[in-house]
Amino acid sequence: MMLSLLVFLPVFFALVVAIWPQKSTVRHLALGFSIIEFLVSLLMLQKFDSNSAALQMVEKVSWIDRFGISYFMGIDGISLMLVMLTTFLTPIIILGSWKSIDQRVKGFHSALFILQTAMLGSFLAMDAILFYVFWELSLVPMYFIVGIWGGSRRIYATVKFFIYTMAGSVLMLLAIIFMMNLTPEVTGGVMSASLLDFYKLEIPFISGDFFTTQTMLFFAFALAFAIKVPMFPLHTWLPDAHVEAPTPGSVVLAGVMLKMGTYCFLRWVIPLFPEATEHYGWIFIAAGVIGIVYGALVAMVQPDVKKLVAYSSVSHMGYIIVGLFTMNAYGLNGGLYQMLNHGISTGALFLLIGMIYERTHSREISKYGGLASALPIFTIIFVIVTMSSIAVPLTNGFIGEFLILLGSFQYSPAVAAVSVSGVVLGAAYMLWMVKRVFFGPKGQLVLESEKDAHHALHDLSAREIVVMAPLLLMIFWMGLFPNHFMDYSKVSVDYLIKNKMNYSFPTGAEQAHTEEK
Amino acid sequence: MPSTSFLTDISINHYLILSAILFSIGMAGVLLRRNIIVLFMSIELMLNAVNISFVTFSHYFDKVDGQVMVFFVMTIAAAEAAVGLALAVSIFKRFKEVNIRFFEHLKG
Amino acid sequence: MSHQMLIAILLLSPLVGFILNGVRFRSSNYLLAGSIATGAVAVSFACAIALFMQLVGLPPEQRRLTVSFFEWISVGSFKVNAGFVVDQISAIMILIITGVGSLIHLFSIGYMHHDKGVTKYFAYLNFFLFNMLILVLGDSLLTMFVGWEGVGLCSYLLIGFWFNDSAKAAAGMKAFITNRIGDAAFIIGMFILFMTFGTLNMHELNGLAPTIMESSWLGAVTLGTLMLFIGATGKSAQIPLYVWLPDAMAGPTPVSALIHAATMVTAGVYMIVRLNPLFVVAPNTMMVIAIVGAATAVLAATIGLTQTDIKKVLAYSTVSQLGYMFLAVGVGAFGAGMFHLMTHAFFKALMFLGSGSVIHAMHEEQDIRKMGGLKKYLPITHFTFVLGWLAIIGMPPFAGFFSKDEILWFAYSSPRGHILLWIAGAIGATLTAFYMTRLMALTFWGSSRVDKSVHPHESPLVMTIPLMVLGLLSVIGGWVGIPHVISEFVGHIPNFWEHWLEPLITKLPEASQVAHSATEEWALMGVSVSLASISALAAFIMYTKKAGAADKVANAFGPVYKLVDNKYYVDEAYFGVIINPLVSASRDLWHYVDVNVIDKATYKITDLVRGGGSFVRSLQNGNMQQYAMYVVLGVVIALSYMLVG
Repeated sequence: MMLSLLVFLPVFFALVVAIWPQKSTVRHLALGFSIIEFLVSLLMLQKFDSNSAALQMVEKVSWIDRFGISYFMGIDGISLMLVMLTTFLTPIIILGSWKSIDQRVKGFHSALFILQTAMLGSFLAMDAILFYVFWELSLVPMYFIVGIWGGSRRIYATVKFFIYTMAGSVLMLLAIIFMMNLTPEVTGGVMSASLLDFYKLEIPFISGDFFTTQTMLFFAFALAFAIKVPMFPLHTWLPDAHVEAPTPGSVVLAGVMLKMGTYCFLRWVIPLFPEATEHYGWIFIAAGVIGIVYGALVAMVQPDVKKLVAYSSVSHMGYIIVGLFTMNAYGLNGGLYQMLNHGISTGALFLLIGMIYERTHSREISKYGGLASALPIFTIIFVIVTMSSIAVPLTNGFIGEFLILLGSFQYSPAVAAVSVSGVVLGAAYMLWMVKRVFFGPKGQLVLESEKDAHHALHDLSAREIVVMAPLLLMIFWMGLFPNHFMDYSKVSVDYLIKNKMNYSFPTGAEQAHTEEK
Repeated sequence: MPSTSFLTDISINHYLILSAILFSIGMAGVLLRRNIIVLFMSIELMLNAVNISFVTFSHYFDKVDGQVMVFFVMTIAAAEAAVGLALAVSIFKRFKEVNIRFFEHLKG
Repeated sequence: MSHQMLIAILLLSPLVGFILNGVRFRSSNYLLAGSIATGAVAVSFACAIALFMQLVGLPPEQRRLTVSFFEWISVGSFKVNAGFVVDQISAIMILIITGVGSLIHLFSIGYMHHDKGVTKYFAYLNFFLFNMLILVLGDSLLTMFVGWEGVGLCSYLLIGFWFNDSAKAAAGMKAFITNRIGDAAFIIGMFILFMTFGTLNMHELNGLAPTIMESSWLGAVTLGTLMLFIGATGKSAQIPLYVWLPDAMAGPTPVSALIHAATMVTAGVYMIVRLNPLFVVAPNTMMVIAIVGAATAVLAATIGLTQTDIKKVLAYSTVSQLGYMFLAVGVGAFGAGMFHLMTHAFFKALMFLGSGSVIHAMHEEQDIRKMGGLKKYLPITHFTFVLGWLAIIGMPPFAGFFSKDEILWFAYSSPRGHILLWIAGAIGATLTAFYMTRLMALTFWGSSRVDKSVHPHESPLVMTIPLMVLGLLSVIGGWVGIPHVISEFVGHIPNFWEHWLEPLITKLPEASQVAHSATEEWALMGVSVSLASISALAAFIMYTKKAGAADKVANAFGPVYKLVDNKYYVDEAYFGVIINPLVSASRDLWHYVDVNVIDKATYKITDLVRGGGSFVRSLQNGNMQQYAMYVVLGVVIALSYMLVG
C-alpha cells in the first residue's frame, strides 16, 4: 500500500485544503502536508532495496477486466529518484510561494497537490492506461496554475502548453491502444494494458522501412515524450509557459514535469522499442545536440531573465536527451542524474528569480545592474546556483554533464565535440546575465528603490533562506557524493542496459542470479 | 415485363412505386417549402407513404406485423401533428411568421 | 603524522579558512580576516614542508605518497576516487603554492586593509588555494580538473572583486569563459585518453603510455594530448586564448601575483610535466606546444614593449614567460619547464607585489607615465624590484638566468628543438630585457612625473617582508639547478633539481643520437646574456637619459607601433569575427527560427484546424431544411453504397 498511499495522499490533502475554513492558516497546513508527504517518501526510500533491479512494492488490482486494464503500480531504481525529487521539491515550492501567491490560496494549494498526485502517478504507474490517466491529469492543474495565477499573456501560454502536450498525448494513446491489441499474443488470448506484458511483446521491426509497426509505435510514443521534454524543435511552448507561469508553477514545470518526458523515454521507449531506438536514436541525439547549442545561443540574447532560464532548460534537457539515447552506462546514468540536477538547479533559479521579481516587479535584464551590493546574500546564493547550472565541478551539475558527455563520446566523438560547446556557451549566457544583473554600476531598478523608502530592496528573509538552504545542500551533496544517489538507480540502469533488447523486470530469482555473476 | 401487363396486372411494384412517389413528393415538400404548415403536411405525406409500404408488405408476406406498425405510425403522426401544430401556432402568435427560413437562430 | 593526515590537513586548512571568513563576509576587520586566512595557508605550508621531508626521506624510486579519501564517481568502468598524490613534481608545486601563497596572504593584509570587502577577499583567496592544491595533488585527470575549474571560478570571483565597476566584472567573465573554451577541450582530451587507456589516473596513464612514437596526427595519444594542451592554453594564457590574462589585472594586485603569475597560470605547464610520458610519445603535440610557446613568448613580449599600465606590462611579461615554459616542455625539457615555473613564481610574484606596493604608495595610480623617480620614496620596494628585474632579464647568478638559459639551451640542443626556436627564445629574452628595463626606468628611475597631490610613501612591514623574502628567493632560487657546464667550471655543485625530478621525467628516445659540446653551450649562453644586457642598456638610456628618444623610435616605426600598441587588434578581431557575429546570429535564431519558423508553423497547423472548424460550422447554419437535406443526402449515399458495394 506504500505507493498508493504516496500517490493518493496529496489528493486527500487537496480536499482538506480546499475545505479548510481558516484562510490564514492554509499555507501552514499545506506546508505541513507536503512535509508529511516527503516523510512518507523517505519511509519508502528506506524500504526500497537498492540492490535489486526488480519492480518493488508492487500493487496490482484489476480495474477494467474486459480490456485487461488494472491498477498496477511499482517502483524501481529509475523511478525512485524522480519520486524523491517530486516530494522533495513540493514543500520548497509551497514555502517559496508564501508571498507570491496571495489570491485563491486554497485553490492554488489544491491544484499543487493534485499535480503532485498526477506526477507521482505517472512515475509509478505500470499500466499503460493508468499511466495515461495520470499523464493527462497532470495537465489540468498545471493549466489552472498558469491560467489563473500567471502573468499577462497567461491564456496564450496555457493554451499553447496544453495543445502542444495534448497533441503528443493523443498519438501516444493511439499507440497504447494499438499495443493493447497486440498483447493477446503473449498473454494467451487476453487483452492487457500492463507494462510487463508490453515488455514481452516482440514488435516486428524492419530496418530501413519506416512503416513497420515498431517504428511507427516508437515515433508515436517518442513524439509525445519529446514534446514534454521539450526537445528541439518542439520546445517553443516552454519559454512562453515559463514566462507566464507564477514562480511555483515554473519550478514544478522545470523541476518535475519536464522530467516526466525524459523518464518515460527510459521507462517506455527504450525498453519497448529497442531496435527502433537503436536505429532511429541518432535523430534524437541530433535533436538533442542541436537543442544544447540552440538553447544556449538563444538564451544568451534573451532580454528577460526568466526566459533566459527557460531557454537554458532547453539546452540542459538537450543534454539529457543525448545521454539517454547514447544507450550506454555513462549516458543513461548521467542522463538520469542530470534530471535530478536540472530539477534542483533550475528549480532554484526560478525560485530566485521569483524572489527578485517580488521585490522589483521586473524581469528585464537591462533594468537591473548592481544588485550585488544591494542584496549580497541573494547574490551569493544566485552565483552558487549559477555554478551548479553551468556544471562547475563539486556541484551536482558537473557529474551529470560530464557523464553525459562521456557517454556521447563513446557513442560518437563528433557528438561529444559539438555538445561540449554547451559547456562554453552555458558559462557565457549565465555569467553574462549574472554580470548584467548583479555587477556593474547600480541599474535603474536599484536606483529607484533607493529613492523610494517603500520599495527599498531587502535582502533575503529568513523564510527565503530556508527555502534555498535544502537546494544548496543538495547541490553540494550531489556534487561531492554522487554515489549516495546513484547507488539507488545504478542497478536498475545497468540491468536496463544489459537487457535492453529483451527487457523486463527481473524476478527475485533472476536477480539473485545476476548478482552472483 | 410487357408494358400492357404493367398497366393491368397490379403487382407489389405498383404499390411500392406509389409509396416511393408519395415519399418523394413529401420529401420535396419538406426540403423546399417554407411554410411550416405545409412542412407538416409534407411530413404527414411521407409518413403515409411509408404506411402504404408497410401495408403492402404486410399483405404480400401475409404477416400482420406491417399493419400493426401502421397503427403505431399513425399514432405517432397524430401526436406529432398535435405537438407540431401547437408549436406552429404559438410560434405564429409570437413572431407573426410561418416562414421556416425566419427561424435560423440555432446556427453554430 | 601520517602522510594521509598531512595531506588532509594541507587540503582542508584553506577550506576551513574560506568557510570561517566566508560566513562573516560582511566584516571589515582586516586583521582578523587576514590572520585566519594567512594562518590557514601557513598551516598548509607547514604540512607541505613535512610532506616534502617525508619524500626526501624515501629512496628516489619510492617517493610517492598517496591517499584516497572516498570513491567519487563510479559508473560502469569509469571510476574516479577523491585521491591525492604527493610525489616529486607535486611536492614542488605545493611548496611553491603554499609558500608563495602565505607571503602573498601576508602582503594582502597590508594591501587590502582599507577595503570594505576584505573578509570576502581573504575567503576567496583561501578558496583559491584550496582549489589550487586539489589541482596539483589530484591523482587523476578528473580530480585535477576539479581544481582546474575551481581555480578558474576563484579567478573569476577575484578579478571581478570590485564588481561595481562594469569593466572589472566583464574582465572576470572574460577570464572564465575563455578558460571554459580550454576546459571544453580538456574534457574531450580526458575522454580520448579514457577511451584509449581505460583510466584517468595519471600514474596509470603514464604507465600505460605506449613505447612507440605516434607519428600520425590522428593517433589517440596525439589527439588526446593536443586537446589537453588546448586546455592548457586557456588556463596558462597561451595563443590563442591568452587574451583574458591582461584583462585579469582588474583584480586586486596580490591576486595578480598569486593567481595570475605564480600559481594558477602555471597549471598548464604542470599538467604537461605531470603527464610527460604521454606527451613524449606524441611528437606532433610536442612540436605544436613548442611552437605555440615560442610564438607566445615573442608576441606577448612585443606587446609588453608599449604598455603603460604597470600591471599590464607584468601581465604580458607573464604570458611571455609562460611561453618559455611551454617552449621548454615542448622540446622535451620538462625539468627545465618546471624549473622556470618555480623561479618565475618567485620573481614574478615579487614584481607583482612590488607593483602592488607602488600602486599602494601612488594611491591606486597604475600608469607608469605618471610615475618616475620613485626610488627615493620606496627604497625597499625598489631594491627588491631590482632583484626581480635582474632575475627576469636573465642576469647571472639570479634565479631567472639559470632557468631561462636552460630552456634556451634545450630549445637549441634537444632532438626536438630547432635553431628557430632558440632564435625566438633569444628575441623574447632581448625584448624582455628591454621592456622590463623600461618599466624600471619609468617607475623608479629618472625624474619624477608624479602628480603633486600624491605623496608616495614606503609600504608597511607587513608588505615589505614578503617582498624581501621573495627578493632573496629570486636571487638564490636558481641555485638548485645549476647547469653542468657552469658547475664544472665553478666546482662541482650538484644539480639538485635534475636529480630530484629524474625518476618522473621520461627521457626523449632520440636523445642519444646528437651530441653537443660545452663550447656551444657557453657560446649560446654568452649570446643571450649579452643580447639581454645590450637591450637593457639601450632601454635604460632611452628612458632615463634621453627624454623623447622613445617617442622618436615610436614615430619611426609608425604603423607597426600602432599595431603593437593596440595589441595586434586581437581582442577586436575576436569580438568582430566570433563574439559579435555569434550574438547577432543568436538573435536571428531566436527571432527567425523560434518566433518565425517554429511558432509560425504551429500557428499554421492551428489555422488549419480552425479553418476546418469554421467550414464545419458553416454547415450548421440554422436552416432546418438544409439539415433535412443532409439527412437525405446521407441516406442516399448510404443506400447507393449498399446497392453498389
